[in-house]
Amino acid sequence: MNDTLTGSARSAEGARATPTPPRPVLPVAVLALLVAVVCAGAAALALWSLHQMLGNPAAWVVALLAALAVTALLPVVPAVRAFGHARSRARLLAENRMAAARHEAATGREHAHTAMGYALAVLICAGLIWFATANDGAITETFLRWEFLKSSFADVLAAFVVNVEVAIGAQLLVLVVGLLVAVMRLLPGRAGRPLRWLAIAYVDTFRAIPSIIVLYLVGFGLKLAEVPVFRDLSPIWLAILALTLTYSAYVAEVYRAGIESIHPSQWAAARSLGLSYGMTLRTVIVPQAVRRIVPPLLNDFIGLQKDTALIGVMGVTDAFTQSRLTASNVFNLTPVIVVAVLFVIITIPQARFVDRLLTKEQSRTGRSS
Amino acid sequence: MTFLEIHDVHKHYGDHHVLQGVTLEVARHEVVCLIGASGSGKSTLLRCINALEPIQQGEISVDGDVVSGQGVDVNRLRRNVGMVFQSYNLFPHMSVLRNVTLAPVKVGGVPKAEAEERALALLDRVGMRDKAHAYPDALSGGQQQRVAIVRALVSNPQVLLLDEITAALDPELVGDVLAIVRELAQDGLTMLLATHEMGFAREVASQVCFLHEGRILERGAPAQIFEDPHEERTRQFLSRVIASGRL
Ligand SMILES: Nc1ncnc2c1ncn2[C@@H]1O[C@H](COP(=O)(O)OP(=O)(O)OP(=O)(O)O)[C@@H](O)[C@H]1O
Ligand SMILES: [Mg+2]
Repeated sequence: MNDTLTGSARSAEGARATPTPPRPVLPVAVLALLVAVVCAGAAALALWSLHQMLGNPAAWVVALLAALAVTALLPVVPAVRAFGHARSRARLLAENRMAAARHEAATGREHAHTAMGYALAVLICAGLIWFATANDGAITETFLRWEFLKSSFADVLAAFVVNVEVAIGAQLLVLVVGLLVAVMRLLPGRAGRPLRWLAIAYVDTFRAIPSIIVLYLVGFGLKLAEVPVFRDLSPIWLAILALTLTYSAYVAEVYRAGIESIHPSQWAAARSLGLSYGMTLRTVIVPQAVRRIVPPLLNDFIGLQKDTALIGVMGVTDAFTQSRLTASNVFNLTPVIVVAVLFVIITIPQARFVDRLLTKEQSRTGRSS
Repeated sequence: MTFLEIHDVHKHYGDHHVLQGVTLEVARHEVVCLIGASGSGKSTLLRCINALEPIQQGEISVDGDVVSGQGVDVNRLRRNVGMVFQSYNLFPHMSVLRNVTLAPVKVGGVPKAEAEERALALLDRVGMRDKAHAYPDALSGGQQQRVAIVRALVSNPQVLLLDEITAALDPELVGDVLAIVRELAQDGLTMLLATHEMGFAREVASQVCFLHEGRILERGAPAQIFEDPHEERTRQFLSRVIASGRL
């Protein structure tokens, strides 16, 4: 509301004072055209070298390459438009129509900036294509061979189930343990002090130890020491346990930040209604905190998922271990790429799910942004 | 008969001596207004009565029962003492109805249906029944404050503490909220309110207390305080208020 007030005050002032002149367009339009043409040229070279590498490609592949080359030229369009706006700006300026000239200038500059933005994206893509075709296609050969992709896919996918199991198991446990540790760390008063210290010691320790070391120690140590119950756990459960130990420390801090971010007035309001400390935490503070920490929580969950690729050190055959085995048999890294892609594939839906969750929550409580 | 008794209360925040011996009695059905400059300790006093802040010296009793110091069941005390805040403090993740029924259901052990019925009746009284399922962020400040008043009233408190409940509202919304407080006063609810609305204080108060630097410098009937203040400080404060157009 304040913005509109000051905004209208400013424009009223502007009407009285001499209007600000339009900003120049021509130089930036020239630059944009230059950048667009250079980038399109680079893209053409990269596509040509891709064409060479493919040897004698099918007609539809050639058509695709040609289409890509044409696409790379598209940024020239807004650059050319910017010239049109530059001309109008000059004409309007000569007629002393300031507001209209300013409008033209702004539009022209925006076209020029758009051209440069898209051209730079084209340049980056061209660079990637060039990298893939470098050394006469040796890079592509090493990382992406169709026949190895086909032959290794089933084995790698089967082993990936282990990664998914460990990830989901650990994530569920982390949600609970992390919250418990966070609440312990926030316990008030003298009675809570020893538990607070324990929580701090735990977080400090397990956040610092690399998860691969925790996996190693838990995987072999508990068996070696013949710890009751634990020595009988399957390796998968030990992996879940180890990752829970590491990630609960992170997630406890995320929870704590969330809880502390709730304004003290919410505590005051709840306590003034007669709610106890525990009930306030449970019904008022934590539900609000959880809504705030969903994005950073997802971050830690994705980190946890990725760390399931380390459980090979404790003798579990996961997708990464499996793919390395296959890769060393065929002297080609394609199976490893398959694992990498699988990790990406399971992460994307989670990210979108969280986005949807947040949007739904916002529309429900009527928050505007 | 004295219902709320505050005797020689001292409150420190670290080295800062905020309340320096406040003594005050409030009888049943009385409406007491606390006035005074910003930082004089009005909010602090109200928070101490509700045990949201511990006091370092003195005694507070409600209905003959000492409620300050250690070993007091603060949660029971707070069922008898309702409080409404300047910034409403509704729970943003709950609908209006849940905001209002949370305490009776979770603390008072009232069956949900019964609590909702009572909540809806009260919401109806403040003109908020049709917003029962809305969320606080979708309400205007005045609407939120009306809900906050209902939330404090729903457990039938014996005394209501109101801390500058109109200070954050646009001028045209102040009237709605004050009308509700006026009605509560007519119903005979005991209230202690900190306010900058001098006209309103004068109209509803049975007693006005002027707080200055953590002490009640002067107290009396509204007519006496506003027309014939004995203390120089009170006079200065009131003339500043008049100059700012609030009286
Ligand atoms: N949590 C706190 N920690 C430290 N000092 C505090 C705290 N709360 C209040 N104070 C101090 O206590 C003094 C009294 O504050 P209080 O909020 O009671 O004033 P007030 O009379 O309600 O003022 P206003 O009219 O601005 O609301 C102020 O000087 C304030 O800085
Ligand atoms: Mg205050």
